[in-house]
Amino acid sequence: MFREFNVTLVLALVAVAGLISGPAFAQTPEEALASIQSDAAKATSGFKGFSAARGESFFKTRHGNEWSCASCHTENPATPGKHAKTGKVIQPFAPSANAERFTDPGKVAKWFKRNCNDVLDRVCTPQEKGDVLTYLLTVKK
Amino acid sequence: MSKCYKNFPRRLVAALLVMGVTISIAQAGDRAEKFSGENRGKPVQPAQINAKFQQECSTCHIAYSPGLLPATSWRKVMSGLDKHFGSDASLTDQENKEITTFLVNNASNRWSASTAPLRITETAWFKHKHDSHEIPQAIWKNPKVKSPANCAACHQQADRGDFSERNIKIPK
Ligand code: HEC
Ligand code: HEC
Ligand code: HEC
Repeated sequence: MFREFNVTLVLALVAVAGLISGPAFAQTPEEALASIQSDAAKATSGFKGFSAARGESFFKTRHGNEWSCASCHTENPATPGKHAKTGKVIQPFAPSANAERFTDPGKVAKWFKRNCNDVLDRVCTPQEKGDVLTYLLTVKK
Repeated sequence: MSKCYKNFPRRLVAALLVMGVTISIAQAGDRAEKFSGENRGKPVQPAQINAKFQQECSTCHIAYSPGLLPATSWRKVMSGLDKHFGSDASLTDQENKEITTFLVNNASNRWSASTAPLRITETAWFKHKHDSHEIPQAIWKNPKVKSPANCAACHQQADRGDFSERNIKIPK
């Protein structure tokens, strides 16, 4: 009886520890998209929603610099990518192939800032970010 | 006899002083000579790795061991992350401060030169260990190596700060 109680207690503690140690503000990729959408509605005059086709073309096109998003995240974002300069492997970019993608708002913001700066020499607009994520959500594993 | 005995402590002190000075001159000379003072530290990877450093500095390449560069180099690297070797690697101020402290505290302890290169691959110790006597030039052109900064192409335990010879495998 005591032993059972102990096991339950340990399990409960493990569960609580798991919750605490998880990412601080976990979200789903759909929630990430919703939050970009509310930014876009505010920032874009005559905002008409996102387009997967526009997102795909933005993702695969160079914008004046050496790299496109696809240079590192590959033409098929369901497969592993490779850093264009260092060659280091990058886990798949599409949420269907990598459950961690777009679940940590801090990470998403940090890398949009960095990578847009590398590819476009500026930040991406909410419209561009939303188009890209809409495209990524259509990519099947 | 008694005279000699009286002088003995003074002589001993003098002898010890001379020995001490000689040893420190020898050490300084040794340090200054080795790679013109541009020497990496030991151990290269500290036992206690800062988790933020490990997370943030291993996304685009391996997390380079702090002991491979002097403190001044790390300060320079960390103050220019928005333009980091052709890439934006910027951090929040909080993250930057924590990682800089870790790198500076574990930087090379055997670097005596006043130089502070941004690249490990530009240091005298690196060039010496990887010169054409050690490694045929053609290897650097292998697409699997790509860049001398790609330590892990040859050093299989590079991400753990282990560069020992038994863990080297040159890609074919
Ligand atoms: C030079 C290589 C490179 C290019 C070009 C690049 N990325 Fe990335 N990207 C990375 C790396 C490295 C990571 C972080 C490693 C990881 O998360 O697997 C990353 C991560 C991200 C993330 C974080 C996603 C998450 O939640 O895990 C976003 C968002 C992102 N990139 C957007 C973009 C966009 C948009 C473009 C084009 C404008 C782009 N990237 C171009 C290398 C690149
Ligand atoms: C956004 C990608 C990215 C991130 C994040 C990043 N780096 Fe780099 N780093 C690079 C690139 C690209 C190079 C150049 C590689 C080459 O020349 O092959 C580089 C090179 C370096 C070099 C020089 C290597 C050599 O000897 O040639 C050092 C040192 C370095 N990084 C330290 C760091 C530290 C410390 C961090 C964490 C604060 C960090 N990097 C995070 C992209 C990144
Ligand atoms: C093309 C393959 C290659 C690459 C890339 C490479 N090394 Fe080496 N490295 C070697 C070889 C081979 C030796 C052995 C030289 C010798 O016999 O002394 C060596 C020796 C060393 C040593 C000396 C080990 C000892 O026991 O004295 C260190 C430290 C080291 N490398 C660090 C690095 C670091 C740091 C990087 C990346 C910034 C790097 N290497 C990149 C091939 C490489």
